[in-house]
Amino acid sequence: MRRQGSLFFQTLGDTGGTILVALLLAAAVLVPILNGLPASSPFHVSNYLVSLFGKYLCFALLALSVDLIWGFAGILSLGHGAFFALGGYAMGMHLMREIGTRGVYGNPVLPDFMVFLNWKELPWYWYGFDSFPFAALMAVLMPGALAFVFGWFAFRSRVTGVYLSIITQALTFALMLAFFRNNFGFGGNNGLTDFKDILGYSLQAPTTRVTLFAASALALALGYVLCRFLVSSRLGSVLIAVRDAESRTRFLGYRVEHYKLFAFVVSAMLAGIAGALYVPQVGIINPREFAPANSIEIVIWVAVGGRGTLWGAALGAVLVNYGKTYFTGALPEMWLYVLGALFIGVTLFLPKGVGGSAREWIGKLMARATKAKLALAPQPGVTE
Amino acid sequence: MVHAMVTQALGSLARALLLCAALFSGTAYAQAIEAKSIEDLVAILGAGDFTAKIDATQALATTGDPRLVPILQALLDGNLYARKSDHLVVIGKEQGGTLTATDPLAEKVIGQAPVADFERARVNNRLRTVLQTALGALQLAHPDPSRRKASADALFKTPSVEMIEPLRLAIEHEHNGTARRALVRALAATELQFSEKIDAKRAAVVTLAALADPDVRSYLNGRINSIPETANAEQQELKAAMTAAVVQIERRIASWQTFGNVLQGISLGSVLLLAAIGLAITFGVMGVINMAHGEMVMLGAYTTYVVQLAFRQYLPGGLDYALLVAVPAAFAVSGLVGVAIERGIIRWLYGRPLETLLATWGLSLMLQQAVRSFFGPTNMQVTSPSWMSGAVELTGGVVVTYNRIWIAVFALLVFGLLIFIQRRTQFGLQMRAVTQNRRMARSMGIRSGWVDALTFGLGSGIAGMAGVALSQIDNVSPNLGQGYIVDSFMVVVFGGVGNLWGTLVGAFGLGIINKFLEPYAGAVLGKILVLVAIVLFIQWRPRGLFALKGRAVEA
Repeated sequence: MRRQGSLFFQTLGDTGGTILVALLLAAAVLVPILNGLPASSPFHVSNYLVSLFGKYLCFALLALSVDLIWGFAGILSLGHGAFFALGGYAMGMHLMREIGTRGVYGNPVLPDFMVFLNWKELPWYWYGFDSFPFAALMAVLMPGALAFVFGWFAFRSRVTGVYLSIITQALTFALMLAFFRNNFGFGGNNGLTDFKDILGYSLQAPTTRVTLFAASALALALGYVLCRFLVSSRLGSVLIAVRDAESRTRFLGYRVEHYKLFAFVVSAMLAGIAGALYVPQVGIINPREFAPANSIEIVIWVAVGGRGTLWGAALGAVLVNYGKTYFTGALPEMWLYVLGALFIGVTLFLPKGVGGSAREWIGKLMARATKAKLALAPQPGVTE
Repeated sequence: MVHAMVTQALGSLARALLLCAALFSGTAYAQAIEAKSIEDLVAILGAGDFTAKIDATQALATTGDPRLVPILQALLDGNLYARKSDHLVVIGKEQGGTLTATDPLAEKVIGQAPVADFERARVNNRLRTVLQTALGALQLAHPDPSRRKASADALFKTPSVEMIEPLRLAIEHEHNGTARRALVRALAATELQFSEKIDAKRAAVVTLAALADPDVRSYLNGRINSIPETANAEQQELKAAMTAAVVQIERRIASWQTFGNVLQGISLGSVLLLAAIGLAITFGVMGVINMAHGEMVMLGAYTTYVVQLAFRQYLPGGLDYALLVAVPAAFAVSGLVGVAIERGIIRWLYGRPLETLLATWGLSLMLQQAVRSFFGPTNMQVTSPSWMSGAVELTGGVVVTYNRIWIAVFALLVFGLLIFIQRRTQFGLQMRAVTQNRRMARSMGIRSGWVDALTFGLGSGIAGMAGVALSQIDNVSPNLGQGYIVDSFMVVVFGGVGNLWGTLVGAFGLGIINKFLEPYAGAVLGKILVLVAIVLFIQWRPRGLFALKGRAVEA
């Protein structure tokens, strides 16, 4: 059930979103310009900041995908890192193919790690990744397919709540173990790295980096619009009903599992896109991205930002990751304390997150203002 | 006890006498010098001529005295010396011109002297052979069965024709099962290799075929290869018999391996049980997802380390019993931390399982970091007490270490204790009442908040006790708990939430399945397969193997 409240209440979610989209579009345009300014200029945005925030935007998209299912369908996935990593691997495979003969061994057909492992030919599942469109498609389809198969089984047999969380965690754990294996054909422990260029442009070049940043900003903006559209549609209302009273929704005649499956697959695809944008910017993808701890961390981004607000999730991802960058640089010992305290503090004291609480406070302020206005206005039908 | 010891001592003496009498009774000379004392005989070894030495060696062998083994060995190795001044015989170790002399019979160092003061006792080939036989015979008559077994195993590895008779005699008088089997094996191998009669060889093959032993298999394979294609019909027949024996042995080994897998599975299962059993309380009974459960285990392991450290510092003699102290200490530490967590965090989050999950995850990060800051990120050394080290070797190459056995026993004890608490105590009753119907329980005067805290403390304390056990087989590091958390959840979910017996079955089931998959799929792939299997299993039975039925499910 949707909250009833003043009109402002209902639209603020969109207002926050509008601000987010506007900011993203502005960043997509301005940052490349500012980055192009000479380093002496006070408005210059350094390459370091560009790639840092490019990374944050990918995380924000990932957080958005988690908020779509956790905030609106009540599915707490502790394995969303798996979809992110799969998207990343799809892109990484393409980037590996683009290295061509510039690898350490200079083998025109095989990536370095396969030469190292003494493989003679390319495994079949690497075919097609020479083409960027194919890889991009796979970055969306592979996570989507995995989510479909997994979700179909899970939702059909009504695995819900904590059980679902635990088996999603098992899923990503199993994938991590699998990708750690050398004979799995994805570079084992080291993963895929040493990328040279993307679509012919060097990954080291500032222009490529800033383009990737802009692409991430646009992807996040589009992702946000898509999610907002989904949750404000009729389907979104059903999802919220599922979140709040799953059995009741089922008794009303909705095929709950279909709605959940749809949301889950869309979410996984968004996560895949985030991973595909992330890998060229950090230059590596390895099995540690599948670690269950990473997936749980995504959830805390959403919780900090505000579950069920969409824009809050994106904000939370940027905030928490900025904190991570700061603390791991300045006080590495402290970071896990801070992260742990965030988990505990947010769940205990800020259950709606920054976004949700902000919405509430502003709502309260507005209500007070309206009340004051009402008190001042002459009231018809009331005689003194 | 005393009686048994005396019998054994007499037995070994009789064995030695019989054995050696049979060996050397033909030599009248031996009888003549039998009257001489061991000391006199040893003196002959140091100074006499070769014939005298041979006779002395043979006479010494008849005594069956295990103290003679190092002396004969020293003579064989050229480490036996006689002092030039008074013909005192010593075992010496030469280093840079000085000799560290040891009294041969008392086995204690006498002192050091220039090597020039001594003369090395010499040996020739004949004496060497006699020495080797005497050594073998002495060791076969050793009062300690494990030494008898060891010498029999050595004879199996390097069979020599002289040992056929001593082995046969030793078998006759051997009462210890393990040693006897080793002797039989050694005799069969020796006969197969050296016997003149084809019948004896055939019989030896039959004897060997009955053993499920990888060593025998490789030995037989060696023998098979040593028979050339061109050998006569008799040899060919023997070769065929040996090939058949290898097949038979392999089949036996395979079934023993299966049994070994079951044992290993039980061992892994008991580790899983220990790790999951506390979770079965907090998750299964209370419905609280405690992601910091692994850290409770880790705290228990660190408590073990601290207790051992304290023992090493203040009570080094009692180090073997540090673990016995560590168990209640770990229970107390983890239990108290658990109560604190419940009172501080979890009680505000009842009815919000997903939030509980996140908060406890955050807690686990903080606990890990705290331990890392305090103890450092490296692995801590926790030693195994002597009563836990060592292993039992079963037939067919199946080895079970004692610490695994102890852990299995410990896991079952803890499980039994928990069942007892839950079923038979006032607290258990209250615990179940609060779980089933909180409001009703409160109406009956049960302080539900108190019961919650204690239940959570109990679950955490048991996790701490699991940490004591895991410290024996795993690295004690801040990440110790992380490795078990996914597995433990799997066990609880697989077995059925809210059901302790389900946890027991789940743990052993998963352990055994894991160990059976490992040989075919490898450890990692096996684990993946198990995880996938559980995910599929949950589709089929979303509430686990032993699901609660009725209203409790919906609560």
